[in-house]
Amino acid sequence: MNAATPVVELKQITKRFPGIVANDSISLQLHKGEIHALLGENGAGKSTLMNIVFGLYQPDEGSIEVNGKPVVIDSPNKAIELGIGMVHQHFKLVEPFTVTENIILGMEPKKGFNIDYKSAAEQVTKLSEQYGLQVNPHAKIQDISVGMQQRVEIIKTLYRGADILIFDEPTAVLTPQEIAELMDIMKRLVSEGKSIILITHKLKEIMQISDTVTIIRRGKVIDTVKTSETTPSDLAEKMVGRNVTFKVDKKAPTIGETVLKVSDVVSKNKDGISVLSGLSFEVRAGEILGIAGVDGNGQSELIEAITGLRKIDKGSIMMLGKEISNLPPRKITEQGVSHIPEDRHKHGLILDFTVSENLVLETYYKPPYNKGGFLNAEAINNNAQKLIEQFDVRTPSIETKARSLSGGNQQKAIIAREIDKNPELLIAAQPTRGLDVGAIEFVQKQLIAQRDQGKAVLLISFELDEIMNVSDRIAVIYEGKIVGEVLPEETNDQELGLMMAGSKKRVGDDRG
Amino acid sequence: MDKFRKIFTLDNYIVPVAAVIMGLFVGAIVMLVGGYDPILAYSSLFTQVFGDMYDFGEAIREMTPFILTGLAVAFAFRAGLFNIGADGQLLIGMTAATFVGIKFTGLPFYIHAPLAVIAGGLFGGLWAAIVGFLKAKRGINEVITSIMMNWVGFYGANYVVNHFLLVPGTQQSENIAPTASISIHFLTGIFGNARLHWGTLIALVAVVFFYVYLWKTKQGYEVRAVGLNPNAAGYAGINVGRNIIKTMFISGVFAGLAGAFQVLGVFQYQSVFASSPGYGFDGIAVALLGMNNPFGVLLAAILYGTLTYGSAGMSFGADVPPELVKIVIGAIIFFIAAQGIVRWVLGPFYGKRKKEKVL
Repeated sequence: MNAATPVVELKQITKRFPGIVANDSISLQLHKGEIHALLGENGAGKSTLMNIVFGLYQPDEGSIEVNGKPVVIDSPNKAIELGIGMVHQHFKLVEPFTVTENIILGMEPKKGFNIDYKSAAEQVTKLSEQYGLQVNPHAKIQDISVGMQQRVEIIKTLYRGADILIFDEPTAVLTPQEIAELMDIMKRLVSEGKSIILITHKLKEIMQISDTVTIIRRGKVIDTVKTSETTPSDLAEKMVGRNVTFKVDKKAPTIGETVLKVSDVVSKNKDGISVLSGLSFEVRAGEILGIAGVDGNGQSELIEAITGLRKIDKGSIMMLGKEISNLPPRKITEQGVSHIPEDRHKHGLILDFTVSENLVLETYYKPPYNKGGFLNAEAINNNAQKLIEQFDVRTPSIETKARSLSGGNQQKAIIAREIDKNPELLIAAQPTRGLDVGAIEFVQKQLIAQRDQGKAVLLISFELDEIMNVSDRIAVIYEGKIVGEVLPEETNDQELGLMMAGSKKRVGDDRG
Repeated sequence: MDKFRKIFTLDNYIVPVAAVIMGLFVGAIVMLVGGYDPILAYSSLFTQVFGDMYDFGEAIREMTPFILTGLAVAFAFRAGLFNIGADGQLLIGMTAATFVGIKFTGLPFYIHAPLAVIAGGLFGGLWAAIVGFLKAKRGINEVITSIMMNWVGFYGANYVVNHFLLVPGTQQSENIAPTASISIHFLTGIFGNARLHWGTLIALVAVVFFYVYLWKTKQGYEVRAVGLNPNAAGYAGINVGRNIIKTMFISGVFAGLAGAFQVLGVFQYQSVFASSPGYGFDGIAVALLGMNNPFGVLLAAILYGTLTYGSAGMSFGADVPPELVKIVIGAIIFFIAAQGIVRWVLGPFYGKRKKEKVL
């Protein structure tokens, strides 16, 4: 079947933006029934290319053929007409509307002047059964899980008659179980004759599901290969342009005194429900404590409690022997706590500030940046210049707004800022979420470097691989409590998974 | 210096300038439809403003409160707050200044006048700070509270004038003591008795203060951080609530000063108002027109003052109802808000060069 005319063919697509060539003469063929992965680092030009296919951008050069016929895709409507659908990374759904309402939005079946909800719901159910996309047509978007919201997005494209589906980083927001479900859905879709372009930088997923991989680096196609004829390390090397090690190199930890001691912390939300219910653990100098757990078991609340953004009702949080619970955030920071937040756009950066302004976000009030109430622009700029060099933050200039940096470089900027403060305790929440291989490697190395310098590191992550590879000790959080502590070399994914699900407890292996 | 250059780059100003021209054009069309002569009308408008020294001086007087209320709204906006209450803050500031101007007698002018000005700014600021406090501590939307505070301020000001300061049998307060006046006598002479006052100069200083404070000081950094992303600001240890209160205070000081100058520099007394003079609401338009940039606000206030003051000339010279200027102003604001239309009109002049940016 693959020998037939490709369903979509891109020929020599070039797209320039002021200052950069986002796509440089890219050619790509998608065949019927194929999952074609588009692999590349953040900023490599994958999204630009797909926005061209979906009609959001016009190519400067090159042409697109659909089913062998040259076409001009000048709007998303045109793309939909041609049977191209896109599942965006950030869902485009109306939260208070039901699943059905969202799916039919803009293409409502009419009965006289009214929308025919009954036949709409039937159609949704039919589609969901045909492709194994389990949804409740009458549930409101705000009440359903992220995984189901994504399925709604997929049905939306199918409802519009899409034969070619573009998935933009579809797994970035999903839990491991949801990822597995998505993989099944994608297989089902191609078996029903659809074709898929999968944009991703996760090698594991590519190896698992795709038929063909096209690797893009800096706007150029590096190679197109059959998945069965390649290896993850080969792909990674092509993507990054150099050799990448997957194993995290680290020596045995030199453990010192206790830096952070959290004991029996209880914190209630505004409804009076305990989100942290008697949680205890400690982090010592020179070690990385990984907190494993399924999203929503109190991780965010725990970080907020330590960093002073959430009041605790009971218990104590000691930093180097000093009580820091319920202190204002700045007092806690000044005790030597640095923090890489979970949501870098919401909490880590002020996107409309320049890079240099962002790099002093926690130190702007101290000399030399603050000179008698005035900002010292020279010191602020020097600091930025130093940090972007030291941490290899790629930015056109220090006056660039943080918004225009790629995700990896934004994260690097945050890490630069937090590590430069020379903290005693570094809290890293989901530090590699949404980053590509190169950036992940960088972030993990920085965490280990901190630990080797005798700092305490608290790592909170939903990625089991990361927890297993980076941590010296693992604590599992479940329903606002630490339900067990294990050493990475003495456990496995399965045991951790059971503990994360709350069905197995194991306490104090190394502490007695 | 980089920032300074950015403020004056042509690109930032192309849209507002084009919007002004298009606004005047819309006004002209309306005049044509109504059977008036737009060229005569606009030329009489400008003759009214620039025709002689007296009118020019009075036009400057007219612009001053627009500068300050424009700054008030723009400043709050920089911290992510929509201060609709500049009107009430202005009236409270005015009343405080009038009170000090009338009741604190026997002071030398170099103490009395500054004291009255400070009272005006301070009370305007405190009035606004109440709104900030409610937002910071109780999470109440500042739009709602500041609108309500407008009414409280309006009736409160009238109450104070009625009960403590009134000249019996009239609808206005006593005159302030001459020592509290901030008129510039040597200039009023030159400008044919136009009511020029030191407040205009202070308004210009306020423009510079706005810029220096926000972009050059530590506190301004905090205000901008809170305005752009309160979550990240909170994470970084910035006290978001305190900054909201502080910003509202400074915003209210601008508005309060505008009120104080109207009494101390212009009228020398305060009326019992039948309805609010509306400067605070004009300030919203000025801030919008000036794109919340202090120097933009200054230019916008000059334009706004010119149009408002010149509208009288329009009705004399071309028989056009002065209300037509409101149509022009409305159209200008419409075009500023709907920048897409302006860019669309400008499109052919721009050529391809700008296309990427527009996207």
